[in-house]
Amino acid sequence: MRTLNGHGLHDNASAFGVILKILLFVSGLVSGSVLMAAQSEEDFSTQLNRLLEFDFDVKAQAINRLAKIEDERIDKVFRTLLNGDLYYRKNDKTIVYVKKTDDGYALTSVLGNESLGVVSKRKIKKITVNNKLRRLLSGLIAERGMGHRDPAVRLASVKEMIGQVSQSDRDKLQRLLAKEKDEDVSTALNVALAMIDITSVDKQKQLAAVKALGDSDYPASRNRLKDVLDQAIAAGDTAVIKQARSSLQQIQTRAERYQTIETIFFGISLGSVLLLAAIGLAITFGVMGVINMAHGELMMIGAYTTYVVQLLMPNYIEWSLLVAIPAAFVVAGLFGVAIERGVIRFLYGRPLETLLATFGISLVLQQLVRSIFSPLNRSVETPAWMSGSWEINALLSLTYNRLYIIVFSLLVFAALLMILKKTPLGLHVRAVSQNRTMAKAMGIRTEWVDAMTFGLGSGIAGVAGVALSQLTNVGPNLGQSYIIDSFMVVVFGGVGNLWGTLVGAMSLGVANKFMEPWVGAVLAKIFILVFIILFIQKRPRGLFPQKGRAAEH
Amino acid sequence: MNKMNLKKWLLVPLFMALPYAASAKDTIKVGILHSLSGTMAISETTLKDTMLMLIDEQNKKGGLLGKKLEPVVVDPASNWPLFAEKARELLEKEKVAAVFGCWTSVSRKSVLPVFEELNGLLFYPVQYEGEESSKNVFYTGAAPNQQAIPAVDYLMKDIGVKRWVLAGTDYVYPRTTNKILEAYLKAKGVKDKDIMINYTPFGHSDWQSIVSDIKKFGSAGKKTAVVSTINGDANVPFYKELGNQGISAQDIPVVAFSVGEEELSGIDTKPLVGHLAAWNYFMSVDNKNNDKFIDAWHKFIKDKKRVTNDPMEAHYVGFKLWAKAVQKAGTTDPDKVGKAIIGLSVPNLTGGKAKMLKNHHITKPVLIGEIQDDGQFEVVWKTKGTVPGDAWSDFLPGSKDVIADWTKPINCGNYNKKTKKCSGQNY
Repeated sequence: MRTLNGHGLHDNASAFGVILKILLFVSGLVSGSVLMAAQSEEDFSTQLNRLLEFDFDVKAQAINRLAKIEDERIDKVFRTLLNGDLYYRKNDKTIVYVKKTDDGYALTSVLGNESLGVVSKRKIKKITVNNKLRRLLSGLIAERGMGHRDPAVRLASVKEMIGQVSQSDRDKLQRLLAKEKDEDVSTALNVALAMIDITSVDKQKQLAAVKALGDSDYPASRNRLKDVLDQAIAAGDTAVIKQARSSLQQIQTRAERYQTIETIFFGISLGSVLLLAAIGLAITFGVMGVINMAHGELMMIGAYTTYVVQLLMPNYIEWSLLVAIPAAFVVAGLFGVAIERGVIRFLYGRPLETLLATFGISLVLQQLVRSIFSPLNRSVETPAWMSGSWEINALLSLTYNRLYIIVFSLLVFAALLMILKKTPLGLHVRAVSQNRTMAKAMGIRTEWVDAMTFGLGSGIAGVAGVALSQLTNVGPNLGQSYIIDSFMVVVFGGVGNLWGTLVGAMSLGVANKFMEPWVGAVLAKIFILVFIILFIQKRPRGLFPQKGRAAEH
Repeated sequence: MNKMNLKKWLLVPLFMALPYAASAKDTIKVGILHSLSGTMAISETTLKDTMLMLIDEQNKKGGLLGKKLEPVVVDPASNWPLFAEKARELLEKEKVAAVFGCWTSVSRKSVLPVFEELNGLLFYPVQYEGEESSKNVFYTGAAPNQQAIPAVDYLMKDIGVKRWVLAGTDYVYPRTTNKILEAYLKAKGVKDKDIMINYTPFGHSDWQSIVSDIKKFGSAGKKTAVVSTINGDANVPFYKELGNQGISAQDIPVVAFSVGEEELSGIDTKPLVGHLAAWNYFMSVDNKNNDKFIDAWHKFIKDKKRVTNDPMEAHYVGFKLWAKAVQKAGTTDPDKVGKAIIGLSVPNLTGGKAKMLKNHHITKPVLIGEIQDDGQFEVVWKTKGTVPGDAWSDFLPGSKDVIADWTKPINCGNYNKKTKKCSGQNY
């Protein structure tokens, strides 16, 4: 176009020629950049199409080439590819983004960003990635994310980079550091710089870097320090050896401190699960004296209630647990009342028969859910707010689901305590458990109180099931794995005493978690059991014995 | 109970007895020994249904030797001694021609003496620890060299793993497999300090400290992977905890030997994406036989959402092999079928051939799959052809020189190649 324009008119009047020259220049520029754009567009589409190859090495090459193209679509391509949401249409191999809708999958083309309608799953196929590609992609995304405007993204990017920085990144990191306003990101950038400087030939710089890394909690920096220490020992560089040792010592001390905190957290979190499982039993077994072997199955019913609730409100998973808590309380509570009215009330005062009868009930309930829901485990979804962890620093992070469950178990405990201490029902329960005949004489309907108490204990077990559905399998065997632990906690804490249950659960949890790293999970459990057996020999009524109907015998 | 009712009740046993009386003569009975209640019901019920489907299909084709097949289902209720009793019932009372069943190694060990005593045939469909070859058992699941060793090879060569966590549930299969793997890794030059072994009780649900240990173990700068022989139920909380503590498959991949499509159908798979499993069959394998099998399964079970898995394929292969052997032998006599079946091969569901070997194991391809968010596996690696199952591991000092060969002249499940002696200790 340019040559054609210029050719015939070149010898005309000078003014005209100047204008023409300018025009030519501009048109040249324009067509040049159009040409360039066309080229990168072409490159983009060829590389994109190479993602369809089966060979993962070819895909890796294509991704590396894509990363070099300046195009804002690439970030999205990388992200969707990483998440496994990049698909292609089977008939014409068009690469598409996919969004699940009610009638199928809505497609949007990657190249033209145009909507291609809704199709069924069979028409499209996922572009697969393996772990190697995922690593490559997240590295590239991190690199591209360094200049992102969200500090959280920048921080994640820098963290991703820390283990892999090299001398060539130094200038770029320094430029970023100069611009950085966010404190966390600056710290991370400084660590990254120190990771580079630590191999510097400039002794001063190296020593400073070794010292700086002593304050860093990133595992990568500790490994780098260890390598540098080994090299320094080989080279006999005393100054570096000394500094590296003290830096490593610093890291070690901090790591140990956080380790202890973490173990205590793990212990409390295990304790809170034990508390939830045992607290319902503390009512039925502790206060009423009924050995209820079906207690675990009542928790299972609570967990299945959560599953059903999620089935009923598939679009509100975030809220499902809040609905499930009262629902599970009611469902499990009703089961409890039915068990009490149907079986247990005929067996008061005959503990052996109660034990056998409730054991039978537990088997019946298990088979019931097997028949209704199939013997397979059911998938209960975890709401987004309960997954992930609260990262306090690189060494210590606490998982959200455990945090919530600790809080939840304490809330349940407090609520139960209030019911027993402050409500008329609680008063009646305490009266009946202390002296049944006298309570009867005072006009309390003891039968009704029995049913309500058992219902309350069972309802709490159901609520515990909601929490357990977030931690473990929801299946017919859910209850079995907790029943022994629950009895252990109640007996250890002292039958009939809620506070005893709290202390018992927490101390067993923490003791278990402190023992686990030494002796392994299997032995830790055995030791706890042996300890409790010995303890019961010494103090048959547990930590905090209580007077009541159970104590009379 | 009034008179009418009484009459009805009296009739019930009569009705129950009727089909037996009518069909006892002209059918071939096939025993199905899978737990339908108790802990193992979760895995084993599906296998019972698979067998019923296969028998039904065979009957539609006219049965075997001109007779219909009749399934006899018993429920050993996840109770190991009960497995032996039910096996005895199947062989002595029902006189079944073959039994398809068992899942856990301990249930297999429990029924083994019964099968040897009464000379029955057992087809065992689950991957197991090896170190066994009985005259009366056909192992259609994977031996360690068909699952564990190739998976470790893949991690070592393709992913470049240098540090290893061997995590398992505390029972015979993980213990033996990990012993084999440890010996194998050491033979490959992996040092003691780069191997971490961890056992947990059945159904373990509090994984916090173990996952945190794995995280620390994996932060030493060398590529780390977890080889998991964690059993069924305990896997869900394990993967959840991994996800929650921020360990992704890119950092520390977990390759599991007991997690299949069926187990994943009970899990929220988001935190698992990218983790690996080693099997000899995946539902996602693109193959005509497989498509047919899946369609038939969906039709039989009347639920489009049900998945297929590796032990189901093992039963498919085992049943086809048995049927072919019965046709070849022209009888269901266990001795003759046992002889006829060796050397037979049938197409498997992944495009290869499953051949019954002299040691009563079969040839299988090994596939490594990455977990996808829809609960399926995407194959990322597979062996070139099929791998013959090895009953006695080459990596354990005690069984290095031992082979199993149930053909003449050796005819022994535990034959020492060096001393040229048959110990007779087959399991």
